[in-house]
Amino acid sequence: MIPEIGHFALILALLLAIAQSIFGLGGAARHHAAWMAAGRSAVVGQFVFVAVAFGALVHAFVQRDFSVLYVAMNSNSQLPVYFRVAAVWGGHEGSLLLWSLCLAAWSLAVTGFSTSLDGPFRSRVIGILGLISIGFQLFMLTTSNPFERLVPAAADGQDLNPLLQDFALTVHPPILYLGYVGFAVAFAFACATLLEGRLDAAWARWTRPWTLAAWLFLTVGIALGSWWAYYELGWGGWWFWDPVENASFMPWLAGTALIHSLAVTEKRGLFKSWTLLLAVSAFSLSLLGTFLVRSGVLISVHAFATDPARGIFILGFLTAVVGGALLLYAWRAPRLKSAAGFEATSRESFLLFNNVFLIAALGLILLGTLYPLFMDALELGKITVGPPYFELVFLVPMLPLLALVGVGMHAAWKRGLLGSARNRLFIIAGSVLAAALIIGAAGYGEIRPLTTIGFALALWVMATAIAIPVARLRARLPIPGAVLGMVIAHFGLGLTTLGITGVQSFKVEKDVALAVGEAAAVADYDFRLIALRDVQGPNFVGVQADVVVSRAGEPIATLHPQKRQYNSGGNPMTEAGIEVGAARDLFAALGDDLGQGRWSLRLQYKPLIRYIWFGALLIALGGGLAALDRRYRRSAEARAAAAASTATARAQ
Amino acid sequence: MRVPLRFVLPAIVFAGLVVFFFIGLRLNPGEIQSPLVGKAAPAFALESLGDPTRQVGSADFAGRPWLLNVWATWCAGCRDEHETLMAITRQNRLPMVGLNWRDDRALALRWLDQLGNPYVAVAFDHDGRTAIDWGVYGAPETFLIGADGRVLRKHIGAITMAVWERDFAPLLAPQGEG
Amino acid sequence: MIPRRRRLLAVTAIVAGVAAATTLAMLAFEDNLLYFYNPTQVHAGQAPTDRMFRIGGMVTEGSVQRTEGTLKIRFVVTDYRESIPVNYEGLLPDLFREGQGVIAHGRLTDTGEFVASEVLAKHDENYMPPEVAESLHMPTPARPTT
Repeated sequence: MIPEIGHFALILALLLAIAQSIFGLGGAARHHAAWMAAGRSAVVGQFVFVAVAFGALVHAFVQRDFSVLYVAMNSNSQLPVYFRVAAVWGGHEGSLLLWSLCLAAWSLAVTGFSTSLDGPFRSRVIGILGLISIGFQLFMLTTSNPFERLVPAAADGQDLNPLLQDFALTVHPPILYLGYVGFAVAFAFACATLLEGRLDAAWARWTRPWTLAAWLFLTVGIALGSWWAYYELGWGGWWFWDPVENASFMPWLAGTALIHSLAVTEKRGLFKSWTLLLAVSAFSLSLLGTFLVRSGVLISVHAFATDPARGIFILGFLTAVVGGALLLYAWRAPRLKSAAGFEATSRESFLLFNNVFLIAALGLILLGTLYPLFMDALELGKITVGPPYFELVFLVPMLPLLALVGVGMHAAWKRGLLGSARNRLFIIAGSVLAAALIIGAAGYGEIRPLTTIGFALALWVMATAIAIPVARLRARLPIPGAVLGMVIAHFGLGLTTLGITGVQSFKVEKDVALAVGEAAAVADYDFRLIALRDVQGPNFVGVQADVVVSRAGEPIATLHPQKRQYNSGGNPMTEAGIEVGAARDLFAALGDDLGQGRWSLRLQYKPLIRYIWFGALLIALGGGLAALDRRYRRSAEARAAAAASTATARAQ
Repeated sequence: MRVPLRFVLPAIVFAGLVVFFFIGLRLNPGEIQSPLVGKAAPAFALESLGDPTRQVGSADFAGRPWLLNVWATWCAGCRDEHETLMAITRQNRLPMVGLNWRDDRALALRWLDQLGNPYVAVAFDHDGRTAIDWGVYGAPETFLIGADGRVLRKHIGAITMAVWERDFAPLLAPQGEG
Repeated sequence: MIPRRRRLLAVTAIVAGVAAATTLAMLAFEDNLLYFYNPTQVHAGQAPTDRMFRIGGMVTEGSVQRTEGTLKIRFVVTDYRESIPVNYEGLLPDLFREGQGVIAHGRLTDTGEFVASEVLAKHDENYMPPEVAESLHMPTPARPTT
């Protein structure tokens, strides 16, 4: 009964999405106040019904309703309740419903918080969001219905993939999707701007906080995914340049370029058409990612079960949405002209370079991700592009970018930077280079060119970021949210760079065969296997190894890697034993029984790896602070007051 | 109005991408119906799962439509579709023959014992040679063979009632039942 | 700066940038493009002998041999027409099993055996990497029943 209610709610949501689009776009075109109001109501209605549908699915999972096919395929009676909830988005159909819910939520937020926006403009934004919603509801109702019944009902479910039975994986998709889907708001703003033929840059101011919000969710989502892969997949890797990972990273790169480009457009009215194109691209890349993951055209560890009908639908949807937006761009963008000029060392110039390098990296990663598809389509062979390609094409643009970040933060708008900032920067540059050399030598016993550059750039970004509030405090100037956000985000970037440099330069990984009592040396550490015992959990049994790690004879930690066999069957799962430290992680994963009393183990020394994710969190925090800057809220109130007085004047 | 190239370029590049994606989708092996469809079903004669002294072969079912379901105990999708198989057998009067693929005999028998047996007979294909002849590359797969011995339809993956209604049932009507 | 000159500068910069990016891509692609071959193709000598490539197929039942007490393992990859032995030293993925699909990265030795530097197994019992599925799907003549 409840699943049928859920199904029905989804149908209603589709109808409301259609209404939202018609009233939103039509109302704006005809300046019809009642229609525009209807569009706004449709947003609320759509959210309510999508939420009802989602709730129905959650209910089915929690109640272990195995007469619903999707529940039977992704859940199990022994699954603890919190994982039963997480299992809702553990498969294709449920994750689509989650997408839909996120889109409905963002649409609701935009409708609610943008009362200061120009009426018709807001209505167009709502209408475009409605068009996108139609696509997702239709996709679910035609090819991927989460409420399909299994008759007769299964006695027990197939279980949630044990890989997904983990905290990080329960929160990773919702946060990631909030990010992906959030770019639809910027997309809608851009399309509305193009539709209206607006020549001014006000839309940039309106779009910026929404883009920052979506971007920060995406940042956290990606970081979570990386952290999860590190401890759960058992092999200590934190980024694999897997097509699905790239599918989330590419929108992030576009989003990063976008928030910087929006700054220029908002402040100085420049790069208008470029920023519009970026806004369209960020969400297009999100949709592209969805296509790549669910259509089966690319092979990936993460990919959902594939079905050609779904692939065709997504491709059609992608073509309609992105193709439509790009045609709109081609039609309207040429009218936009930016008149102002700027100097070579002005902030605009640095932000331009920021975009250049980010987009270059994005383009090369996109090429590498799609290359196998091109080759296959042209029947030139089946290939994979290995991680070294991506590492190289990402590294090369990032080096100059990081260097310029430090300077750009101190650059003034329009005119070139000079004066006190320049001296400061030179001093910092010299200091960080020295520090980088010292860290290499004293910390790790060797100095390598790329490592030194990496450390130097990381410290450079962190130091130049901190220099800003320091200078402001000294001059007794306030630090607005936007500036603080920028500082923290860039500091986080430096921290992440520090982590990546440390890990990639100095990590040590070893596969060993050990019997109880034997030890292996990894970097300065001694990993000794002291015991192997059987263990049992709520829905699994397994073997656990106790590994004592010492350094210079002093025991530091005991790791407990496990090999589990889940009761629902399937292949064994590896749970790594990890010791977290301020400067490094110590890692052990249990392999197989090799006979003769020996087991295989993967042992790793991972210096500075935690800073990668900690830095990412700071980046997200910075984005959040910037989004909440009072400038956006204050001017919103001011504009609302102005609009109210205008309305009153009109009414008289 | 002449539009400068740089504004149309994104749309053109995107269109090119879409073409590639479309080709890529078409290449998806999931889409390729077996080259076997329309041809004579490969003959086989294998040991019966339950009784190694008896044989189960394609010749046993000549002259009427029948189903071949490739399954194994190590296959999760087979577990998924089991209820559907039971339902199909109950609702239809055509024989469903199981091809137990690269499996353990004892486990397979226990599976049928515990979950129910939708098959009129189960052939034990231990080394997988027969499955190769049928072009099987994963489990589960289900084949519909016509009364004239030709393969009419193949379904890759767990079969659902929706798939049965849409793809298999219509093919039964002209042949009549049983 | 005169608008036209600025335009020229911009165009030159873009062309130079694209050229730089393309060069970078080409450089990075070298040696990092791994081609896939099935055992039949390897057996027929179509796979390269001087670089890494991927081989994929099914792990032949009963072919997995461990050197007891060490990380060395040997197994056979087949597409049911030809088989290629694979040697590997290290930890195997959890999903690795006889009778299931596998992909290995590595290179051929002079003896025609494959030495793998990485072994990947499919991540779900029903999933077979598309390349493996396609290569297994090449039509085979019906065999006489035994």
